[in-house]
Parts: sequence; structure tokens; C-alpha cells
Amino acid sequence: MRGIRWRTVIILFFLALAGWYIYPTIKLFSLSTQERRAMDPAKLAELESRSLRLGLDLMGGMHLVLEVDKSKLTPEEAKDAVDRALEIIRNRVDQFGVAEPVIQKQGRSRIIVQLPGLQDPERAKALIGRTAQLEFKLVKEGEEVDALLNEIDVALARRMPRAKEQAPEDLDWLFAGVPPLFQHRPFTSLLRIYEDPRTGKLVSIRVAEENRPKVDRVLSDPEIRALIPPDAEFLWASETEVYQGKRYYSLYLVRKTPELTGAHIADARPEIGSGYDPEIANKPIVAFTTTDEGARIFSLVTGANIGRRLAIVLDNKVCSAPVIRTKLSKNSIITGNFTMEEARDLAIVLRAGALPAPIKIVEERTVGPSLGRDSIEKGKVAAVIGFIAVVVFMAVYYRFSGLIADLALVLNLVFLVAALAGFGATLTLPGLAGIVLIVGLAVDANVLIFERIREELRTGKTVRLAIDNGYSRAFRTILDANLTTLITALVLYKFGTGPIKGFAVTLSIGILASMFTAIVMTKAIFDFVITRWRVTRLSI
Amino acid sequence: MKFLTNTDFDFIGRRKTAFLISIGLIIIGLVSLAVHKGPNFSIDFVGGILLELHFELAVPTEEIRAALREVKLGDRVVDLSRSEIQEFGSANDILIRVERMSTEVAVADVIKERLKSAFPNRIPKDERQWLRRQESVGPKIGGELKQSAIYAILVALLGMLIYIGWRFKFRFAVAAIVALFHDVLITLGVLSLLNQEISLAVVAALLTIVGYSLNDTIVVFDRIRENLRALRKERNYGVIVNRSINDSLSRTVITSLTSFIVVLVLFLRGGEVIHGFALTLMIGVLVGTYSSIFVASPVLVEWQKRAEAKRLARGRRI
Repeated sequence: MRGIRWRTVIILFFLALAGWYIYPTIKLFSLSTQERRAMDPAKLAELESRSLRLGLDLMGGMHLVLEVDKSKLTPEEAKDAVDRALEIIRNRVDQFGVAEPVIQKQGRSRIIVQLPGLQDPERAKALIGRTAQLEFKLVKEGEEVDALLNEIDVALARRMPRAKEQAPEDLDWLFAGVPPLFQHRPFTSLLRIYEDPRTGKLVSIRVAEENRPKVDRVLSDPEIRALIPPDAEFLWASETEVYQGKRYYSLYLVRKTPELTGAHIADARPEIGSGYDPEIANKPIVAFTTTDEGARIFSLVTGANIGRRLAIVLDNKVCSAPVIRTKLSKNSIITGNFTMEEARDLAIVLRAGALPAPIKIVEERTVGPSLGRDSIEKGKVAAVIGFIAVVVFMAVYYRFSGLIADLALVLNLVFLVAALAGFGATLTLPGLAGIVLIVGLAVDANVLIFERIREELRTGKTVRLAIDNGYSRAFRTILDANLTTLITALVLYKFGTGPIKGFAVTLSIGILASMFTAIVMTKAIFDFVITRWRVTRLSI
Repeated sequence: MKFLTNTDFDFIGRRKTAFLISIGLIIIGLVSLAVHKGPNFSIDFVGGILLELHFELAVPTEEIRAALREVKLGDRVVDLSRSEIQEFGSANDILIRVERMSTEVAVADVIKERLKSAFPNRIPKDERQWLRRQESVGPKIGGELKQSAIYAILVALLGMLIYIGWRFKFRFAVAAIVALFHDVLITLGVLSLLNQEISLAVVAALLTIVGYSLNDTIVVFDRIRENLRALRKERNYGVIVNRSINDSLSRTVITSLTSFIVVLVLFLRGGEVIHGFALTLMIGVLVGTYSSIFVASPVLVEWQKRAEAKRLARGRRI
């Protein structure tokens, strides 16, 4: 008798525990959308943290695997590059405003980012992936640029094919279609050069969109690269401008060493420009504030270079290159053809800092909210239909005992959901399928037991003895059989990715719970029924 | 209600037929795999891009193909019209699958832009309803996932072998492993016949089948072990095994039935996303049950016959 009392206590204890853990989930899922919005956000967050979590494939959201490209870093830098990148990405994501993002390191150079409930995947990818290296570089003008362009022309002209000889293959593309007049200026013929009408000095270079690939090829030619002085480099503008119906990219020759970098920026804000300058007024801009050190450098540089242009370079593309009109120090602005959203995102990225190395997105899985909702609906329907089918079958085939098994099944599912909520586990779509599968597997234990009991009854044993024997003989088989499924679940957990892990967890907990409900609980009920009502014939 | 009690089918006697059927199924599966040049791996394993889009007004796949004939990727223009483009579930849902390209550009995003500009008034007003699902898998990751999957299957099989070797005698382990290989091969074969895409979820289902089939096999083995002790007087091993199968037949059939019912419901009503998963489980449940009766047990009997023949031969020589 004492054994039975202990057993009852344990069962009631687990039932109470399950009720405690499952209550927040039931409460959360029964809230309507209005009630949800009306709730105090702190309370809602707490309720959500204690409830069952939905995976990305059920809630919608984005899963990214990023790889940090350490190829251009020194071994020193490479060591903590990934950790630094992780911090910066976390910063950016925090400012993006996603509830419960997951940002983790994976292996030696990968970062996993999960953004549940994300509404705008494009923007998130752009925000996360930008290297965001901000640099301020002085633009070279005038004779220096002229001289370099000349040198390039001469070098290319030297390699030009003479009319009668075979054209060298490497420059075919350059000279094809060039009128003879320009053949001694093969490079500059691709450019449109603007000079200051007063001084005649070269001010800016523009390249028509269709000529850009050719210019790129020239500039990447090794002989030409050698001609560019070591303290200079060519940079493209980040966007095209339209002149007389054609699109042009501006090309800048800048001083390679930056005067100021993103490290000198203390804060950045998106704003709408004011004033009269058409490039600024009423357009979204990014206003930034430098650090004290940055302010010192900035004022030195601007003070010494009034009249020259300072290129604002973002990720090696020139955003804008305004002329320095006065000495600047702490505050200034970045203009470009931004939309308000782009200005906002640029400000976020400047505030969070530049990534130490470029990152590549090597895996992306995005589930839209509509598919997530659909999957939940379908999963629910499947679970309900499956459940009803099995319940009816058990009741019909095993009669009263079948009903007991059905009760065990219900409690099994309750325990399963409670455990998932309690462990803070995530329910994924395969996990939902796992729940449906558990419905089929959980009754197996009871089938084994009941078949044994039927056998025992057939050999003429008493009801009580038949039941006891049935349970004890079936127990070892159930244990063995379920253990193999658990081994599989373990393997799946170790080798699987997110959704599969969810399946493995659901399967494992479901099987463990099923052993408790199918064996311990049903036996308790049988014992209770037999002793209380002195049953001589068992409905099985 | 009872059925299948006190049956006395001669499963062991029919084992040659069962053996032929199994071989036949395996060969058909292997032929299908050969014809299709291997399993139909999803982007999870070979890399690539998957886009599932929901249009407000259905767009015929031909028009989508035409729209993707010239797509600008960075500074190249490629023809994506021959990619896999199909309706998925309903006429409004389109699934596009593109093989992986060696380019840094986000191909999926470019395709979306292209389709947005090609069919601007057929996209749902709330653009978030347009994108159902998007997946991009780089080549390296695809290769890694493939490796992971293979390791997982091997580790699982090894784990099973060790477990049964520990709980039962060695020959039981061998019989069980033979049955498991049989199950995996036939399931893969049927999946290939149906040209089902092998994704991560399908591999997970395969592993689940490994566990489930073993579950089934162990129940029969347990009975055999019990009967070997109880029916010690019976000299014919095959008779004992037969009896054991018959004894556990009703349990085997009922459990398979309940498992099959739930998986069938998943297959019919679970939606397109877990379609492959549910299909694999369905095939696995059927094959797993078949193998516990017609593969694992006959192997045991054959083993025993060979062992006895050897013992007899050795006995005679002395």
C-alpha cells in the first residue's frame, strides 16, 4: 500500500509541475492580438520567455550564417577578428530592434545570426553585411592628375598594335572601335575631364556608365598600376549621376592614407538637411560628431586644405567629395543620395563601428510570416486529426483499457509541451511533426502491455495477476525499443541544424514522457480501478 | 475486438519469396538511382538558391521563365530561364530553384527585384506576403552538410549495432543491421523513383526510420529470446522464430497501423514544406515493419542453420 501512495504522490507532483510550466504557454496563445498589444511590454516579455518558443520556420524570420574573410588580416588581427565582428554585428542588430535575436560564434570563422519575426530581410542583410569602413581622404587635383593620365596614355599607346601587325590580344577590347584621332590617348578618350574655367586645372573626372568596365580593366593592368604613385589610388563614386540624359560615375584620385577614419567618429545621426545648398537642403543626411582626437585632426586637416576636396569614402567607394570651405572640427555631415532609411542605417553602422574584416553570407534561410502561419495551421490540423484517429482506434480496439491509454496519451502531450516550455526549447516545424509522430509511437507501449495482458488472461490468470504480469513482462521490451529511438534522437541532435534539433528534442522528451504516462500512470489507474471496484473481468 | 491472435503463419517457410521481393525492390531502387544519376539532392547539399513566392494573381511559369532570361548579376548578364520553376501547392505559389553560381552577388535578391519589376501588379499589396521562403546555401556549406549527414547515418548505425550487441547476442546485431541497411536502401530507392528531393528534413526522417525499424525489430527479437528459453524442447530454430513472430504479430501490426495513420495524416494535411519528410516516414514505417518480420528474423534462422551445419560437419570429422 505504501508503494502505491508514493507512486500517487509522484504522479500528482509531476502533474502539478507540468501544469505550472504549461500555464504561461496556454495563457500566451489564448491572447488575442488586441489583448497582446494592450499588455504591458515588460509583462508580455516575461510571459513569452516562460512560454513555448516558436522556431523561425513557424514564426517567420531570418537565419544567416556569416563567414569572416580573414585572408587580408595579419595573424594578430585574425585571432580576435571574429569576436570583434560578433560584437559589432550584435551592436548593429540591437539598434535594428528585433526581439530576441540570436548571435553566436560557430567554429573558428563563422557567425550565426537569427532574427525571429523579422519584417525586412533585405535591410537586415545590408545592415549586417556592410563592412562600413569610413575614411576621409584628400582628393588630388590639377597637374598631378594630368601628369598621371598622360603617363597612362603613353604606356598604353606603346602597346597599341600597328595597323599592319597582329593586334595584341590583351588590348583588343580597348582599341576596338576607337577612332584613329584618339588612338594616341587611349585612356583619356574614355573619360570626360572637367577643368576649372578660371585656372584651367583639372577638377573632376567622369566616366560614362558603359565605359566603366574598360576603365576598370585599364586600372587593374599591372603595368598601369605600377605607374600610380604609392601614396595615391583611384576610387569610384558609389552612385551614378545623370548629365544630359547619360549616366556617369565620378572617378577620383585620392591620397591613399586616410586623414580621418570611422574610429574617430563618436556619434552619428540621420537628419534632414537645412540651408540653401541644393545638395543638402531637405535631403536626408547623416550628421556626425567626432571624438576629441578626431576633432583635433579634422580641424588641422581642413584648416590646411581649404579649397581642396575631401572625399568621404565608405567601403572604398566615394560617397561625396565636398570642397573644404572652412575649418571644421567637431561636427559635420555626410551627404549622398540617401533615402531616410539609408541615412538611418548608415548612422547605425557608423555608431556601431566598422567590421574588422569583410564578411560573406554563406547560408541564408528566410521564412516569410505567411508561410510560418500556414505551417502552424497545417501542423495543428494534422496533429488534431492524427490524435483523434488514434484515440478512437484505441477505444474501439481495447475498450475501457483503450480509454485509459487515451488518457495517458493526452497527459503525454501535456507533459511534452510543458517540458518544452520549461526548458525554453524551440518548437520547429519538424518538431511539430515530431509531436504528431509521438502520438503514434506513444500508444505502442500500451499496445505491448495490453497484448501481454490479453495473453495472460487467455491462459486463465486472474485479472490482477494478468495486469501485473503484462506490465512487468512488457517493461523490458518497451525500454529496449524506446532506447534505440532515443539513440537516433541523440544523433539527430548532435548532427542536425536548427529545425532538426527541434525535432530531436521533441522526439526525446516525447518518448521519455510516454514511458512515464504509458507505464506508471496507466498502471496506477488500473490498480486503482481493480482495488476500488473489485473487477473480475477486464474490459480490454 | 481482436484480430491476429493465435495466428500461425509460416513466415520463415516463405523466407525465400520474401528474400526475392526484397532483392527485387532494392534492384529497382538502384536502377532508379542510376537513371537519375544519384539522389535528387536539394540545395541543402549541393548549394544553390530556393525562392518560394506567393503571387496575388497567378503568373504562369512560362512568363516567369521569360522574365528570367536576362538577369544582371554584377557585371554579367546570365540566363536563368532554365532553372527549376514550378507551381508549389497552388497556382499562385511559385517555387524557383537555381543552381549555385560562383558569384558574390546575392542571386536570390536580384531575382526578386527582377520579378518585382516584371510583374508589379501581380504582387500582393503587403509585400511581406509575397516572399514565403528564401534559402541560399553556399557551396562550402552544402558540402559540409552532406558530410554531416553521412556521419550522422554512420554513427547512428554504429550506435545501434553496439546497443543490440550488448543487449542480445552478436548474431541478433548482425540480423538487425542487415534489416536496417535493407530499409535505408529501399526507402532511398522509392524516394528516387518518386524523384523526391533529398533535403535535410528527409535525412532526418531517414534516421528516424532507422530508430523506428530497430524499435520494431527489437520487439520481435525480445519475443524470440523469451521463446528460446520457454520452448527449450523445440529443436527446430525456425519453428521458435515463427512462433515468436506470430505471437507478436498483433502488436506489430497495430503499432504500425497507428504510426502509419499519423504519418499519413501528416503527408496529406501537413503542407508542402514537410511533404518530403512525411513521405519518407511513410515509406519507412511500411518497410520497417516488413523488414522486422521478413528480413531480420530469416537472417537469424539462416545464421542458425549455417552454424548448426558447421557444428555437424565438425562433429562428423571427429
